[in-house]
Amino acid sequence: MARVVVNVPAEAKKGEVIEIRTLAGHAMETGFRRTQLGELIPRDIIRSLVCTYNGVEVFRAELHPAMAANPLLSFTTVATESGTLEFRWTGDNGFSATEKASIKVV
Amino acid sequence: MALGEIPLSERKSGYEFMSRETRAMQDDAVTGPAVLTLLDGEALWGKLGCAACHTNMKGVAARYPAIVGGKLTTLEQQVRHRNPELAYESRELLALTAFVAKQSRGMPIEVSEIKSHLEAGRAFFHKRQGQLNLACANCHDDNWGKKLAGTPIPQAHPTGYPIYRLEWQSVGSITRRFRNCLTGMRAELLPHGAPELVDLELYLMWRARGMPMEAPAVRP
Amino acid sequence: MISRRHFLLLTGVAIATPVKGQLPPNIAEIRKAALQQAIGKVVGNAQVRTGRVKLEIPPLIDNGNAVPVTVEVESPMTQADHVKAIHLFTERNPQPYVFSAHLGPRAGKARVAARARIADTGDVVAIAQMSDGSFWQESVKVIVTLSACLEEGLI
Repeated sequence: MARVVVNVPAEAKKGEVIEIRTLAGHAMETGFRRTQLGELIPRDIIRSLVCTYNGVEVFRAELHPAMAANPLLSFTTVATESGTLEFRWTGDNGFSATEKASIKVV
Repeated sequence: MALGEIPLSERKSGYEFMSRETRAMQDDAVTGPAVLTLLDGEALWGKLGCAACHTNMKGVAARYPAIVGGKLTTLEQQVRHRNPELAYESRELLALTAFVAKQSRGMPIEVSEIKSHLEAGRAFFHKRQGQLNLACANCHDDNWGKKLAGTPIPQAHPTGYPIYRLEWQSVGSITRRFRNCLTGMRAELLPHGAPELVDLELYLMWRARGMPMEAPAVRP
Repeated sequence: MISRRHFLLLTGVAIATPVKGQLPPNIAEIRKAALQQAIGKVVGNAQVRTGRVKLEIPPLIDNGNAVPVTVEVESPMTQADHVKAIHLFTERNPQPYVFSAHLGPRAGKARVAARARIADTGDVVAIAQMSDGSFWQESVKVIVTLSACLEEGLI
């Protein structure tokens, strides 16, 4: 599986707005580059990132070729309860990557 | 000190020529663009069993290129010596080199003054070559800080290698960077491992002596 | 005006490159129209007002391959009044979409950061889609510089 990084605070106060930072290893081939011979290199990118919090979707993003290689996406969520945040990246050519992070909400 | 050489106190890392935002990418230890390569390097370090002998790599990258087995050797070459199946500029070699180099972060560059190699490296740095008849020194000693294609010319101190070059959209070695320079100068493209480039790397590290290591750096 | 990088590539390799590798002379107009069309797909007939959106992006970009961008929108982020989505577009890329981020009251704050590819000097537009159906935007003009001494052989 591709290398991914998620950064979620281990602990937060109930109701606190926490920052979540994610990074995924992917070349994000735009589909606009050409080889030396002029042939178009087909698009091959991550198309979406979905984050669920104890099974409930709290963030979803569609990514396009104008996202930089090794795409970074940072967003926020309210620390509602202790549990697990799950992240799923999907993309062209069957690309799939997942990561989990636990959070303790006090 | 030869004519045109930058006085030691006026030396600046390439970091200082970048925008605030690009510097922030280098400083981002969690989601910076080189982070994934470092994680790969750490994983490989374990998988290849390097830690069995090499328990502490602090300061190692700061003193390469160095004489190993009688030959001036770069860090990449030293890693390859143990793992000859790793090709120059391969993902694995870059990841391992980045991981090792990171252990020297903040430490001053301190290479041995191996006279013959240093002189060869210095001569190469000052030699006019290629279709543009340019020497490295023309840009990096004489015109650093001025703009080239809208971008400020840095002083060419190898404090951050291997770097995540935004232009490459990946991590790359100093030799890859040298080859970009040679292409830009329309000069003869030397291959990875060419002795001229190893000597040049030694000279540049010596020229940057005392400057703190910042590998893996981010550069435009 | 086509991207500086592309212009240099074309003049440098003009003889060798097949015709399909060249860009049409009115590429700027084509891309500006594509941007408007993309925005239109998102907002429909609704009016897009300027304000409430803060688009943080460096005005002078070292290298267009990885440009840090942060979009923040003023909103209480309650069930009744929140940002449904943040959309980011660029004017001068071969296609204008960067990302669409879908939020909601559980976000707590409407703030998304990413790294974008910005091909050339031009506008970058962030649009916020609100729960009440309104659209707000901020547009920033950025200047993209080229790095020197590349693999393709350009200074």
